Amino acid sequence: MRSGLIAQKVGMTRVFTDEGESVPVTVLKLDQVQVVAHKTEEKDGYTALQLGAVKAKVKNVAKAQREVFAKAKVEPKKKLVEFRVAPANLIEVGAELTADHFVAGQFVDVQGTSLGKGFAGGMKRWNFGGLRATHGVSVSHRSIGSTGGRQDPGKTFKNKKMPGHLGVDTVTVQNLKVVSVDAERGLILVKGAVPGHEGAFVLVKDAVKKKLPEGVPFPGAFRAPAAEAVAAEG
Amino acid sequence: MNILQKLEAEQVAKLTEGKKIPAFSPGDTVKVNVKVTEGTRERIQAYEGVVIARKNAGINSSFTVRKISYGEGVERVFPLFSPRLDSIELVRKGQVRRAKLYYLRGLTGKSARIAERTSGRGMKNGRSIAE
Repeated sequence: MRSGLIAQKVGMTRVFTDEGESVPVTVLKLDQVQVVAHKTEEKDGYTALQLGAVKAKVKNVAKAQREVFAKAKVEPKKKLVEFRVAPANLIEVGAELTADHFVAGQFVDVQGTSLGKGFAGGMKRWNFGGLRATHGVSVSHRSIGSTGGRQDPGKTFKNKKMPGHLGVDTVTVQNLKVVSVDAERGLILVKGAVPGHEGAFVLVKDAVKKKLPEGVPFPGAFRAPAAEAVAAEG
Repeated sequence: MNILQKLEAEQVAKLTEGKKIPAFSPGDTVKVNVKVTEGTRERIQAYEGVVIARKNAGINSSFTVRKISYGEGVERVFPLFSPRLDSIELVRKGQVRRAKLYYLRGLTGKSARIAERTSGRGMKNGRSIAE
């Protein structure tokens, strides 16, 4: 198992292929994605990489957290995420991961937080049909209708689909094709839509339901920590 | 420019390389040469009509061409930068006072004609100065 990446959603656009087909793509941006810590079998009971992304202002980082970053000799990060990896795929602390971690043509799963819709009715939230427009229906055209039986069972069953809060859920979209990667600018172009608003953090991982193609870098594509940066930090 | 605009500008530059898109606007008659693939062969098919709308939105720019084919009105929307467009030829400039000529949909025959434009923007002495 390889590590994933923390990216930020930039927005959507289109790409024309050489055949003239238009492909809708979401642009994802990597911003200083670095390895902050390792989780190991002996110490933590599982193996994982802790990645951090986007520089945070030091004043906004708690003192205890500052120590963690100082120990790793990386700049404080806004977002920290753990990715479970095979022990062989651990990447050294301080390394900066690059966009060519993924290759064009491979499939990825993208996890994000969906747009918030607030308190939504049954029609929007559960695709209920609503009531009729005429034939005596008054006021309640978008109501959910019946919620259960009569004296028997005498209750509304648990988990009945009803109006309530919609959105702001963790959503994973599986099997999105990587259209192209730009390691220099840290951009990944993925075919199709990705949950979340623009600027939101999303997690990009190898697709669990597709085979990895040849040529995918193991343990990953990264720049080793620069010596002087480490010296400046210390 | 933000990242998206930069990406789109790069793609537009790549797609328009070696291609010249004439300056045309709603009311003009254009001939669009479209690449058509039949099985394995590729040939070019011309589509001529009046431009009734243009959308200017970077790589998403498009234009709508309307013509009367066998007595039936036909409209096609072309992405301006699509690689499937071989070329666009400007046949005739039209004198119109609107950006979107959707009113043409309700008109046929004499009333659907558009007068030729011989002066104004992009023209001098009755000739286009684009060439």
